[in-house]
Amino acid sequence: MLSRVAGNIYWMARYLERAEDMARLINVNANLTLDLPKGLSPIWGQLIAITGVGELYEGEFDERSVLKFLIAENNNPVSILSCMAYARENARTIRDVIPREVWEAINRVYLYAKDHAQQALTKRGRYPFLFEIISECQHITGILAGTMNHDAGYTFLKVGRNLERADMTSRIIDTRSANLVPDAIVTKATNDNLQWMSVLKSLTGYQMYRREMQVRIQRQEVLKFLIQSKVFPRAIAHAMSEVEKALESLPNHEKAQLVIHRINRQIDNVEIAKLKQTELQNFMDQLQVGFAQTHEELGVAYFGGQVSAQTQSQDAA
Amino acid sequence: MGIQWKDYKYPELYDELIDGKGKPRKVAETLARHMAEMEDEELERLKSTSELAIKEMGITFTVYDQEGGSIDRQWPFDIIPRVMSKKEWDVVDAGLKQRVKALNMFIDDIYHDQKIVKDKVFPKDLLSKSKNFRKQCIGVNPAHGVWAHICGSDLVRHSDGQIYVLEDNLRVPSGVSYLLENRQVMKRVFADLFGDFSILPVDDYPSQLFDTLAALSPRPADYPQVVVLTPGIYNSAYFEHAYLAQQMGCELVEGTDLVVTDDDCVYMKTIYGLERVDVIYRRVDDLFLDPEAFNPDSVLGVRGLMRAWLKGNVALANAPGAGVADDKVVYAFVPDMIKYYLSEEMILPNVPTYLCMKDDDRKYVLSHLEELVVKPANESGGYGMLVGPRSTKKEREKFAELIEADPRNYIAQPTLNLSTAPTLVDGKVEPRHLDMRPFILSSDQIYVTTGGLTRVALRKGSLVVNSSQGGGSKDTWIIDEEA
Repeated sequence: MLSRVAGNIYWMARYLERAEDMARLINVNANLTLDLPKGLSPIWGQLIAITGVGELYEGEFDERSVLKFLIAENNNPVSILSCMAYARENARTIRDVIPREVWEAINRVYLYAKDHAQQALTKRGRYPFLFEIISECQHITGILAGTMNHDAGYTFLKVGRNLERADMTSRIIDTRSANLVPDAIVTKATNDNLQWMSVLKSLTGYQMYRREMQVRIQRQEVLKFLIQSKVFPRAIAHAMSEVEKALESLPNHEKAQLVIHRINRQIDNVEIAKLKQTELQNFMDQLQVGFAQTHEELGVAYFGGQVSAQTQSQDAA
Repeated sequence: MGIQWKDYKYPELYDELIDGKGKPRKVAETLARHMAEMEDEELERLKSTSELAIKEMGITFTVYDQEGGSIDRQWPFDIIPRVMSKKEWDVVDAGLKQRVKALNMFIDDIYHDQKIVKDKVFPKDLLSKSKNFRKQCIGVNPAHGVWAHICGSDLVRHSDGQIYVLEDNLRVPSGVSYLLENRQVMKRVFADLFGDFSILPVDDYPSQLFDTLAALSPRPADYPQVVVLTPGIYNSAYFEHAYLAQQMGCELVEGTDLVVTDDDCVYMKTIYGLERVDVIYRRVDDLFLDPEAFNPDSVLGVRGLMRAWLKGNVALANAPGAGVADDKVVYAFVPDMIKYYLSEEMILPNVPTYLCMKDDDRKYVLSHLEELVVKPANESGGYGMLVGPRSTKKEREKFAELIEADPRNYIAQPTLNLSTAPTLVDGKVEPRHLDMRPFILSSDQIYVTTGGLTRVALRKGSLVVNSSQGGGSKDTWIIDEEA
């Protein structure tokens, strides 16, 4: 497997995952606003904070312009449209190694996103659009699992996907655990409940939380589930253990593994009950630094200096 | 309603489907009947289905726009296939094999004893002014004596019904992926039609290409590591590079993925470290291959690649220097080459060609510019041509100056009346000019594609079929009428 190709597969997986996670996040927030008292829409600003590209945003914090930024903005490197365009560009570069069906599926969802992004900005058009993006991304993940050789290339796919997933989950926890809704309302138990439910739902984890935790929805248990669960695919611990397992089959993985082991120890050892708001946010920051280090070690070990430099800028952008 | 062939207006030329009396040719009868029986809506539906398939399959070609960027366009495609009988194709097939064999012997001779020059069959001073002659290649012995492993020859049919070879592309000819994809689209769209004919398949090309390349390996005992070298995603033929690599199961590499080490062998950078490469199907022009040997500014190539090739540690297809025969002036000598090297008569004729370097020819050309097509020796893609009958006085004056200034660089040919084929335009069937590019593979054996890439000039009356200039394409059906 060529180093450059490995790097492209890894990035393709990250962008696909990012597009899917963005779609989930937007969808759940949009639904949450429907449940909250009228006139309460500070949620939209939080959404931009989650993506980490807030400094690029110049609009008002109203629904339409935030959605435009997150869905259809070409100048926002993490908008759904941009992610799909990057994923497609990466897929195009490695058309020879991914199954043809996958290329066609990625090309199709990109074309769909491009043609329908404007529609998604309306209340009525939003859900079908986001649903399509999520299910197409799942579809692609499915064809990849079912048709691609489970070789080194597939390993990089899993590594990219899970690292991105861990990162997105940490961002969601980071931002959403903060002052999502003004204090006055948070004090009302129902809203608190709603808020945590929406966090779970943005990760499609509500049902699985119920099954796994068997307790009512409350902050500490939700956090435990999202950070430490070994069985929920979008939990940070699960995603990172996938990265760890996948890397074992690759040569030259020692340095990246060291970083991952450290992250996994941090996740296992943290006492969630003791994490107040600030500590929780610090902890998420720590994890994100770890994810970035993992990314760098992967770049050094597999993707070659040049690829790393090129893709870092995509990441930072 | 479908297509009413009696209303099909074709000029007084050769039409591939319909004869001079407005009746379908024998080989096209079944197809014509099918198309006549189709409802208009069905035709339109098939057309849009094919367009959607092309869009979804991501069959694109890249055009450079003037602002220096490049854009991907959907591959323009017409659903009415071009048909030809196997009997007629067999002659073309034999003619192409003969031609490529002679061309390869010529190239090998040119880089060795130059017997053909000594025997005064080929003029010596033509070589000294050849843009694609590479002195670095003198004395090199590529496997099987073959230099042009992949050749794309352009064929046209004149109003006399005869098929002529218009040119041979021996550097990095492209288009074969579209030939294969056109068939895939037709199979998706016209699945029910395929049962009614014996249409010869085309899809063994990638495996033939792999075998052709593998036969060049300097380490024949091992499973050869074959790679496709591309300039990258911004190249106009990137789609094809990726397609062929995928179909052959080879790595698609860029220059930066390869390295030549102190042992003069080529390696690719993989996640496991360096891996030796045996055969490179390079889709990068000679002059960009190796900054050490050629253009020092090239970032597309691999430093030391020529060194590795000259030492015999890696095979390059096409071999550097093969382009010496990809020259429209050299083309004029192919009939002589066939006689000289093979002692055979040419099976497929050349288009009559005037060489401006010859005094008599040049005089004739300059006084008949209005009737002739003038071409520079080493351009491709239809650039830099003068089409006499459609030119302005000013253009002709400009070309007369160009010819006088550098006669070696120009040839002229009579304007051919390219044949036409029915093409669906705005719901109606109209004749459009076309040509065809078959691909010929040579190493230990010679293989010719079944048919070729048929290119259509989509604009009415236009003779320019290049996709970079608005041309389209059709599937090409070689039909075995006896099967």
